[in-house]
Amino acid sequence: MKPNHHLDDSTLLAYAAGNLDEAFSVVAASHVAICPACRSAVRAAEALGGELLETAGALGISEDCRSRTFAALEQAALYRLPVAAPRPALPRALTQFLPVASLEDLAWKKKAPGVAIFDMKLHASAKGQLRLLRIGAGRAMPEHGHGGEEITMVLTGAYVDHMGRFAAGDVADLDEEIEHKPVVERDGDCICLVATERPTRFKSLAARLMQPFVGI
Amino acid sequence: MYAVMEMADKRIDEEKRRLEALFRSLITRVAQNRDRQAFAQLFDHFAPRLKSFMMRKNASSELAEDLVQEAMIAVWTKAALYEGSKGSVTTWVFTIARNLRIDRIRRDVHMPMTELGDYDEPSEAPEGEELLGRKQEDGLVARALQAIPAEQRQILVLSFVEDMPQSEIASKLSIPLGTVKSRMRLAYGHLRRILETGL
Repeated sequence: MKPNHHLDDSTLLAYAAGNLDEAFSVVAASHVAICPACRSAVRAAEALGGELLETAGALGISEDCRSRTFAALEQAALYRLPVAAPRPALPRALTQFLPVASLEDLAWKKKAPGVAIFDMKLHASAKGQLRLLRIGAGRAMPEHGHGGEEITMVLTGAYVDHMGRFAAGDVADLDEEIEHKPVVERDGDCICLVATERPTRFKSLAARLMQPFVGI
Repeated sequence: MYAVMEMADKRIDEEKRRLEALFRSLITRVAQNRDRQAFAQLFDHFAPRLKSFMMRKNASSELAEDLVQEAMIAVWTKAALYEGSKGSVTTWVFTIARNLRIDRIRRDVHMPMTELGDYDEPSEAPEGEELLGRKQEDGLVARALQAIPAEQRQILVLSFVEDMPQSEIASKLSIPLGTVKSRMRLAYGHLRRILETGL
């Protein structure tokens, strides 16, 4: 699977720096796990981190810290190279937050005809919201903008909007200003992993009225 | 002037190459022989830098030393997992420290960062990844950082060193979030170009 839509470079940098909010990090890590191009891009960004570590100054280490470190080496369990295992169907960055192994078995909450969501529980430190969104085959979502940052990754199925076709593995790392009207392809449901900063606001009145029910 | 700069570049490159070769041999000695002397040399280089790095992210001196200890123990226990083809030793140490710090913040052993480096698991390395280790060794990343315009470098420092999310950087510098992102993209573009062309 080689994705066609990738993470924004500014997202990759924040991710590599380690200060992308957890909700967004899960999406970024899930995409990076299956995208060789973004993996190599993250490595290049991490190399900046390495250089900055070299040049960010040096402070004296207390004798206590030094002796505690050296004392701990004897008992420390060593890591061995793990045996190569086949890639799991879903990235581990994602599955570690799921209560069940399969997306089918999740306790989906129906929000509107053809729309169901599953809220994912993150650590208390997370500021963003992470959820799975399941949209029925052939459904069109109302045109909407995003009231804040949002990154979406398609896990199964595909949708089409004015930016193209988004299939499994693709991410939409959108600017706040972009409005879109995704339409799910006819041959199956589309399940997406969506990180948002704030609740999105739909454009049309009807859609806004629907928002409390859809909750997206 | 140009010739002087070129000579300076060359000196940086040579120094980088020498240091990186030393670190790689020390890591190998730790991985293969549990060599405490080799570890001590790594500790003396990285521990003070890690401490400074953590304190610039607002960690107290006590927390910073805690994280230094954890990170250096991880260097010891994970030495066999280090893959030179994927990046320099310094970058590897950076990712270890970054992940430990995120763990600490989230107070949990699980985190979505584990798959990213793939330093912890074998992976089929595409060609681009194979090249990065060598290029870093050649000092290209250091050179890229120097070549990046100051306003872009400042954003990188705020993000990587001071650990500020993009929104905080925007309010600290009183610039729109979109400007923070575009400066990050430009900075990253410089890096990629220098890594790809060597210029």
